[in-house]
Amino acid sequence: MGFMDFFKSSWGVHPDDHKRPAADAAARRVPVPPRVYIPFSQHVGAPARPRVVVGQHVLKGECIAEAQGNISAPIHASTSGKVTAIGEITAPHPSGLPILAVTIDSDGDERWIGTEPIHDPFSLAPADLARKVAEAGVVGLGGATFPSAVKLALGLRSKITQLIINGSECEPYLSCDDRLMRDSPEGIIGGIRIMLHATGANEALVGIEDNKPEAIAAMRKAAAPYSEIRICPVPARYPMGSDRQLILELAGKEVPSDARAADVGVIVHNVGTAFATRQAIYEGRPLVSRLMTLNGDAMANPGNYEVLVGTMVSDLIAFSGGYKSPAARLIMGGPMMGSVIPHAHVPVVKGTAGILAFTAAELAEEEARNCIRCGSCIRACPMGLLPLEMANNIRADKLDGAEQLGLGDCISCGCCSYVCPSRIPLVQYFTHAKGQLWAQERGKLRNESTKKLAIRRTERIEREAREKAEAAAKRKADKAAAAAAAAAKKETTGA
Amino acid sequence: MSQLSIARAAPAAAPHVPGKASVSRTMFLVQATLVPATFYGFWLYGWPAIFLFLLTVGSCVFWEAACIRMAGRLTKPQLTDGSAILTGWLLALTLPPWAPWWVAVVGGLLAIVFGKQVFGGIGQNLFNPAMVARVALLVSFPVPLTLWVMPTPITAAGAPGFIESIHLITGTVAIPDAVTSASLLGHAKTELNRGIDLVHAFAGDHAPVISWIGARAGSLGESASFLIAAGGLAMFFLGIISWHIPVAMLLGVVIPAAIGHAVNPARYLDISAHLLSGGVMLGAFYIATDYVTSPSTDKGKLIFGFGCGFITYVIRTWGGYPEGVAFAVVLMNSLTPVIDRLTKPRILGRDKRGRPLQIKD
Amino acid sequence: MIIAVASLTLLSLILGLILGFADRAFAVEGNAFVGEIEAMMPGSNCGQCGFPGCSGAANAIVDGSADVTCCPPGGKALAAALAAKMGITIDLTQLKDDGPKIAVVAEEICIGCARCAKVCPTDAIIGAAKQIHNVLREACTGCNSCVEKCPTEALTLKPLPITVQHWVWPKPLAA
Repeated sequence: MGFMDFFKSSWGVHPDDHKRPAADAAARRVPVPPRVYIPFSQHVGAPARPRVVVGQHVLKGECIAEAQGNISAPIHASTSGKVTAIGEITAPHPSGLPILAVTIDSDGDERWIGTEPIHDPFSLAPADLARKVAEAGVVGLGGATFPSAVKLALGLRSKITQLIINGSECEPYLSCDDRLMRDSPEGIIGGIRIMLHATGANEALVGIEDNKPEAIAAMRKAAAPYSEIRICPVPARYPMGSDRQLILELAGKEVPSDARAADVGVIVHNVGTAFATRQAIYEGRPLVSRLMTLNGDAMANPGNYEVLVGTMVSDLIAFSGGYKSPAARLIMGGPMMGSVIPHAHVPVVKGTAGILAFTAAELAEEEARNCIRCGSCIRACPMGLLPLEMANNIRADKLDGAEQLGLGDCISCGCCSYVCPSRIPLVQYFTHAKGQLWAQERGKLRNESTKKLAIRRTERIEREAREKAEAAAKRKADKAAAAAAAAAKKETTGA
Repeated sequence: MSQLSIARAAPAAAPHVPGKASVSRTMFLVQATLVPATFYGFWLYGWPAIFLFLLTVGSCVFWEAACIRMAGRLTKPQLTDGSAILTGWLLALTLPPWAPWWVAVVGGLLAIVFGKQVFGGIGQNLFNPAMVARVALLVSFPVPLTLWVMPTPITAAGAPGFIESIHLITGTVAIPDAVTSASLLGHAKTELNRGIDLVHAFAGDHAPVISWIGARAGSLGESASFLIAAGGLAMFFLGIISWHIPVAMLLGVVIPAAIGHAVNPARYLDISAHLLSGGVMLGAFYIATDYVTSPSTDKGKLIFGFGCGFITYVIRTWGGYPEGVAFAVVLMNSLTPVIDRLTKPRILGRDKRGRPLQIKD
Repeated sequence: MIIAVASLTLLSLILGLILGFADRAFAVEGNAFVGEIEAMMPGSNCGQCGFPGCSGAANAIVDGSADVTCCPPGGKALAAALAAKMGITIDLTQLKDDGPKIAVVAEEICIGCARCAKVCPTDAIIGAAKQIHNVLREACTGCNSCVEKCPTEALTLKPLPITVQHWVWPKPLAA
């Protein structure tokens, strides 16, 4: 083991788990709410294009918006009912800005659209499997929401040798993957087998953090008949579930910074995505609901809930039993990387792994102080960056300096902010800088296109002036010729 | 709104749970590990040392409060983070225990105002504040800063009482000549300058071995080298410092010392003399490890520590001053930004030079 | 002493010659530099800077008769980029920059005279005579020419609307 070969061994942090007792409670199904609000953009890539109109009656699972472009996914109705509006709602996003969504008033029947289950997926070509998964609107349910079919199709272009299934669930407070692995391990294994066939990988490695012994046991039992699927417990360390770290841990491969996992022959999928893939193929059902965690000291009944996509967070919390203490902050996702939502009147979307309601005591907010250069952030960073130097540059508005230090490699995991004794919001500096750099890039592209437009306009005006001059000259020439001809005629007739 | 506070404008950013680290906790633990050595020093040198310590710390806190108030910031959060107290504490440990009161006050001014606040406050200074003060004091007032006394335990007969100590420290009574003594390094340097080699210089009463129990004259930190080292080890196990700087600095002293002493014992002091005298232990564990002025990366820390130790040895052996830790630390502090830039860690997915890794087919 | 004077004189002569040679040999072509500056400008030749078009402004910036902050549509970002290119340090904290702006037609007031469409340097305004006009968001550079031309003040400059995709985290406030 060369010292230079292995990445540093001290990356990551060990926050308190806070997963139990929510993880141990039985999963509950949230009943159909009176109204669902389904956004068109619940995935990475172009938003889906609506194909229903207001007043239309839809069935559960009916496609209500089509994928636009290569990186996109369709959206399906999560319950049967009538489309009452297509308009703006508050996005489940820290900015509180509006997004477009479909509002469906449920009729309470939960009538499914006709589905086409596939009984033997292994007889299908991988491209057909990927297409079926795409039509089902399956996206990465770990939170990244990348369209899964696109990832599966990558296997057709690059040689994929290993499929890594992410069951680590490294974020504290969240336990939906844990619950899914305990309750439906066969379903997950079924999905994994389909993915193996679709990508052509030789083996599947399922990474599960060792703080989930029940899940490990259940998955081991379900995977026993299949030698190509191995259950691999990994140390519980945040962010073990980050794909670069998980690939390094399970496959021993380091993904180059300008490449994707597929370029080293690996594809990573979440266990929830594997389960949704199984539903899409074996039952022909699109992705319209998901298991997610409700947790936080403010919740009366923390646990895992099966929720329809588009359910308002307020309806979900009300069904679970409401708050037991005042909630100082609502978070969609985990505490390390999750986004704060402005209020509870936002919908649950495909990528919602959890809703956390924190009390003020849990947040323990403190005013930030000056950096004391202790270097804790450097030790904690799982990517080997220098958070304190990058933040110094960004504070002085030297975004290029931060980029040179490796800002583009930052995965915004939050380890640096977590360990900072001065409570500096380091991740906010980095997301701000990344956003500014993207905005500058967009501005540059905009400038280039407007410059082209200005040049075209000048050319157009010159062309029009030229044509006008030519036409005038031609008219003059014609007039002169006609006058000359008339004069010549007059002469010949006159003479 | 406090100008120093970083307000979370608009939405709150992740992460939403706090870690357990805090600046005041770190400062408090560092001070706790210093307590045994300091109290032993108080016992060895008596009331004047206690007064000097209190004056130094008080002066540092006073100047810190004055600077913060002048800068228009809220004093409470910054004063209570404990950094000014620690600076004063470390400075007091490097001063002669019976130094006059104005050394303490001027030392505090130099350390806090010129060593820290003019750079922008905590986290912004380039040089270690305590060492800036010590160097400035040593160069400006060489006599009081090198007037060492023999340890006279506070319970012993000849020890000055409470009132007498006040007189001593205010300068109304001069320090009796019988009490003054040379530190080990001072003695070594003067003897060598007089042409007497070390073997003869350290025979009998001046044998280095008495340094082990602190029976030799020196600063508060010097006499309690063992307890300082123990405190340093405690800090390591508490996770406050990493092993890189202390080990590298001690090696930086030990390796040349071993070579020198093996080659010519009459000219070069041996390892234990170097390690136990002057501020090497204090420097290695408490001063060079200062977060703000030392490199942030592990590799950088090794280079920094070794440089501190080596320069200390060079100054002690061939330089004009008998003690070199303060100068060595300040000199290496100036190199910290360069060391930081040259020892950046490897980014995952990139090679050492920062280029993306190549995929092996 | 003679030697000292002579050697210093000789040294300064040699160094002066080297400097003069370097000034000629390594001189930067003024025109090429102006071209680089011009490439960074918005390119719509709106004239708000007071110079004849973006190339006029680029020339003025290079020869020093114009400040890097002279371009309103470019805003703070352009000023910072120009300052970096010119190698000068400038304090931009006081520069008022509300972000990129685009022209918006108030449909109730527009009379369809089409005077604005004729002056737009990027042809961003669509609308035939006596029809309501509209500004194409992606083509507008915020140069203000149409606002000044409109006889009924139907056109105003408004900040570019922010969407969820384009929203940027604010920088944490510091001391």
